Amino acid sequence: MTESKPVPLPSPAQPDRWAHLRRHTDARIALGHAGSGLPTAAHLAFQAAHAQARDAVHTPLDAAALLAAFAERGWPAAAVTSAAPDRAAYLKRPDLGRQLSEESQRRLSEPVRAPDVVLVVGDGLSGTAVQANAVAVLEALIPKLQAAGLRVGPVVVAEQARVALGDPVGALLQAQASIVLIGERPGLSAADSLGLYLTWEPRPGRVDSERNCISNVRTGGLAPAAAAAQAAALLAAMFAQRRSGILLDSATPATPPELPSGAVP
Amino acid sequence: MAFAHTLAGTRYRFPDLKTLLARASPPRSGDALAGLIAASAAERVAAQMALADLPLRHVLSEAVVPYEADEVTRLIVDGHDGAAFAPVAHLTVGGFRDWLLSEAADAAALTALAPGLTPEMVAAVSKIMRLQDLIAVAAKTRVVTRFRNTIGLPGRLSTRLQPNHPVDDPRGIAASVLDGLMYGSGDAVIGINPATDSVEAMTTLLEMLEELRLRTGAPIQSCVLAHVTTALRAMERGAPVDLVFQSIAGTEAANRAFGVSLALLDEAWEAGRALNRGTVGDNLMYFETGQGSELSSGAHEGVDQQTVEARCYAVARRYRPLLVNTVVGFIGPEYLYDGKQITRAGLEDHFCAKLLGLPMGCDVCYTNHAEADQDDMDALLTLLGVAGCTFIMGVPGADDIMLNYQSTSFHDALYVRQVLGRRPAPEFEAWQQAAGITDSAGRLRFDLAASCLLPALPLPEEQP
Repeated sequence: MTESKPVPLPSPAQPDRWAHLRRHTDARIALGHAGSGLPTAAHLAFQAAHAQARDAVHTPLDAAALLAAFAERGWPAAAVTSAAPDRAAYLKRPDLGRQLSEESQRRLSEPVRAPDVVLVVGDGLSGTAVQANAVAVLEALIPKLQAAGLRVGPVVVAEQARVALGDPVGALLQAQASIVLIGERPGLSAADSLGLYLTWEPRPGRVDSERNCISNVRTGGLAPAAAAAQAAALLAAMFAQRRSGILLDSATPATPPELPSGAVP
Repeated sequence: MAFAHTLAGTRYRFPDLKTLLARASPPRSGDALAGLIAASAAERVAAQMALADLPLRHVLSEAVVPYEADEVTRLIVDGHDGAAFAPVAHLTVGGFRDWLLSEAADAAALTALAPGLTPEMVAAVSKIMRLQDLIAVAAKTRVVTRFRNTIGLPGRLSTRLQPNHPVDDPRGIAASVLDGLMYGSGDAVIGINPATDSVEAMTTLLEMLEELRLRTGAPIQSCVLAHVTTALRAMERGAPVDLVFQSIAGTEAANRAFGVSLALLDEAWEAGRALNRGTVGDNLMYFETGQGSELSSGAHEGVDQQTVEARCYAVARRYRPLLVNTVVGFIGPEYLYDGKQITRAGLEDHFCAKLLGLPMGCDVCYTNHAEADQDDMDALLTLLGVAGCTFIMGVPGADDIMLNYQSTSFHDALYVRQVLGRRPAPEFEAWQQAAGITDSAGRLRFDLAASCLLPALPLPEEQP
């Protein structure tokens, strides 16, 4: 029996000879091809990115861990849920994600001293983003707000939350302004991107053009400290002008509210 | 007018045509969100049976959005061609379905019929059709349009090259354009969604594509998909605008939410035609639509999302567009929840638009919060290919890094062309050979050095 050494065959997948152009864009160019299809490595790289995005959408928010982290730092906190009973209902019925559950309404109706600013941490479309970035943003943000002489209310952790859930929360607590930290819709390149939505006099019925938004807070995007600084500057402008959204005159750059439909959590 | 149908001993009542259409519509999350969906599967079939018995001509006499209140309704009613409608005027909706499936409904008959059909008629019949019906009938239609090449000929499938970049960086976009052209994409249009809607950004990108066209002699058309008012200002300033783009909706109020009206679209069409930039034809408008956009702006007027989507096509056909496509899975799971709903909607939109005489393509796509994945896209892409879809998108690796959603890739287009034996537009195909992109047998060469592309784009000449 002779030992046959396997002869290395050329890969049936063909690389493209313009891979050097990849440095001009993050787009998936020069992937090569196997027949008319994707080479295995490129196919599985896509599947991996999609899997991370899907998991970010469907991984439940670990509210207990967040509340523990807040307690450790001495921040008063409260947990609420929206009127969406589960993830499927949340995705099909955005209106439910903008309302508080009856029990949460009752909880927030207990009399408290009205805060200047209420901070809401909601899962939105990526619990992963909240878990990864929310505490870091708050650690930078809360001292800034306190230094500005603002009374910060309890940090409200909200499950199955849309951005506008901050409106009934702010109304019940009679807050002057709200900042909602929420998981943005995951893309293939980033599944952990957090958004901050700021609203003057949050009350049910506010529309997106009445909010200011800071987006793409994540590792590799806007750093939590930078996001906190922008939020504090926007809030200062809101308290000076007593308004928010497109009518707010502010030097701080904020993402314009006219995002593509469906992109706002 | 009220309608009723008895099914298994239960009498189902429908107070008017728009309710009947909504209850007859195959299930989708957007109609549930709007509170328009049938309460049960049995109610849906009862509505479909009542709809099948409805004389087709009744649709002409009962507007789903009031004539006085809506310019899209007025466009539909005032533009109806009674003579073209005559061959099917005696049929019920059910009889119309049978006729469409019959041999009598060939390409010539369907072309002649198109001006006699209204969006509500084609939406109605689609609701009592299975996927194979939607495919079989659409595959018989023939819609051919021209600007610098000829789109929609038998045996052809075109692609929009979509080289978006998060900050509109010309080099980044050029790299994606080159990648797409090397993979055979771009005969329908090279169409860029700008991150910034401004005359300056639009002009910069259009000038880059104009340079590419002039230096390579490519029979292509370009488009920056900014708002139509931006395109108007760019044209005033002399930018090389080929196709004029706009997202459109099926009600006057929803179009207002998009910042457009028929008068504004008329003005933009006129301005585009005045430039006289087409070489083989003057179809120059490009429209995008998608189920759910009316509901998302609260302007659906109580009409189900598939019927109101079909009304977009009445707006589109006024302008003899080069291209129209539904962006079927983009808007989100609250309108089309999963792969099954996206698949049906894509085929419905393609069918309805083709019957109304439009060069219909589809952005076969999904977002990460929809219950869909690449397998669902492959299925819809293949079904649309069989149905004779005019064009699909070509996005590098199917991943749009600006709009953050997944569409079809350059590879996907090659796949569907290969399995179904489809080719690009003939002028583009001839140019590909002359430009060194394909060999004498029409096969892609993947040889950048042999192509004429690199010097025509703002990219460094370096070798790997």
